[in-house]
Amino acid sequence: MSQVAGLFNSSLARKYWMALTGLFLCLFLVGHLAGNLQLLLPLEDGAKDQFNLYAKFMTTNPVVKILSYLTYISILLHVVDGIVLTIRNRKARPQKYAYNKPGANSAWNSRFMGFLGTVILVFIVLHLNAFWAKMHWGPIDTYMIDGEEVKDLYTLTIASFQDASAGLGMTIVYVISMIVLGFHLVHGFQSAFRSMGWNHPKYMPIVMTVGKLFGIIIPALFALIPIYIHFIL
Amino acid sequence: MKLNLKIWRQKGPNASGKMVDYQIDEVSPDMSFLEMLDVLNEQLISKGDEPVVFDHDCREGICGACSLHINGEPHGPGRGITTCQLHMRSFKDGDTIYIEPFRAKAFPVVKDLMVDRSAFDRIIQSGGYVSVNTSGNTIDANATPVRKENADAAFDAATCIGCGACVASCKNASAMLFVSAKVSQFSLLPQGQPEAKERVMNMVSQMDEEGFGNCTNTGACEVECPKGISLENIARMNREYLKASLTSK
Ligand code: HEM
Ligand code: SF4
Ligand code: FES
Repeated sequence: MSQVAGLFNSSLARKYWMALTGLFLCLFLVGHLAGNLQLLLPLEDGAKDQFNLYAKFMTTNPVVKILSYLTYISILLHVVDGIVLTIRNRKARPQKYAYNKPGANSAWNSRFMGFLGTVILVFIVLHLNAFWAKMHWGPIDTYMIDGEEVKDLYTLTIASFQDASAGLGMTIVYVISMIVLGFHLVHGFQSAFRSMGWNHPKYMPIVMTVGKLFGIIIPALFALIPIYIHFIL
Repeated sequence: MKLNLKIWRQKGPNASGKMVDYQIDEVSPDMSFLEMLDVLNEQLISKGDEPVVFDHDCREGICGACSLHINGEPHGPGRGITTCQLHMRSFKDGDTIYIEPFRAKAFPVVKDLMVDRSAFDRIIQSGGYVSVNTSGNTIDANATPVRKENADAAFDAATCIGCGACVASCKNASAMLFVSAKVSQFSLLPQGQPEAKERVMNMVSQMDEEGFGNCTNTGACEVECPKGISLENIARMNREYLKASLTSK
């Protein structure tokens, strides 16, 4: 009985959930990035149709649907658990130091995971509102490809980032958010392995390196998309 | 050398405290930090003031009693040392030094710079032992083979002196480094196996009950630990706890 409770409410278990949901979201990022990189394809090669067909597949395929529900649940659990942990951790030191030098012993991003996460959460809301909500409930244009009706998410996306008034601001918000995500991941990726106890002296250096590369490369490629659309396309 | 000290003064557990300024002259660079505080206290006593209360015992880095958060770090600026091993040559003439108690909900201030670290004792009581009968049937130590790498890692974990610097340095006031060292020193050895599951479950639950925070893996504890206890111990405890939660009846 206490063991079962221990898998939900103990300090360690809360970190298991944090780590598992965080790592699942890392997998989601890879999939999401792979799909979105199609936005970088040249228009002459049919990028528009390819992307819109892909977007339709992502909103209708039953397997993808299950994965997307898992993603929603992961974000929700990760956020709720993150807030609970951050509050509990603050309570563990009610009286602060008059003079503290945390920079002497730890990296700033590891100490500001709650703040970095909150910025990511705000970004997620803005991002869902800009594209996901329109894809699901409109307003969005539709057209036919070989007798199949598709929603034109491609044109919506390009127009959003190229918009004369809001395009630049949106591009900047996206790039900053990806930098924040990068700092979250550079600490979070390897931390999740430690939280799960998946550390072995032989493999931990690999996890550390992969985590750093993951936290730099994935957000950088995401950030490339709005930069490309706004400044180059 | 002359120093400006800013020291936390608090009359008792329920009193509200504050930082108080002191000046001290003629500090020798060869003094230990605690000796410097002794000199300050003699000055205070001769003036009829209350001396500053601080913890100390062995004064050679082995007991873990001396605490103190000095200039923003537990045990001050040095690495791999306790406060009694910190010397005044680490400071310059005219420096201002902030001296505060270790801060954590689970380490309430008793008076001035002295905190109550008995939460650690209660965690040990909840499982930090092996139940061995010592009545006559002692088994020869070498009769039980232990892998050298495990023996070394267990020994390293066992060098923890329970000082609490890990808690003091952690942004979450987490006791994970201490508890994981105590779990590891047994879980790495055959003698620790029979009670392994109960040990980790009980020690973690006591740790939570005492009000310590969670681990964010910032690594501050490992840097500030006077005995160089490794973060690997925390991951090992996470693994042990997961295994115990999933498999014990
Ligand atoms: C795609 C989005 C995200 C990914 C991939 C991600 C990934 C991760 C990973 C891998 C960890 C490490 C877990 C561990 O230390 O065991 C982590 C920690 C954390 N995340 Fe996220 N995260 C994301 C979004 C968010 C959001 C929206 C929040 C908002 C509250 C958040 C808050 C936190 C906090 C507070 C921690 C540290 C918890 C602790 O160790 O005390 N994250 N994240
Ligand atoms: S782990 Fe290190 S810092 Fe923590 S109590 Fe033990 S010796 Fe002190
Ligand atoms: S007084 Fe014993 S370790 Fe400092």
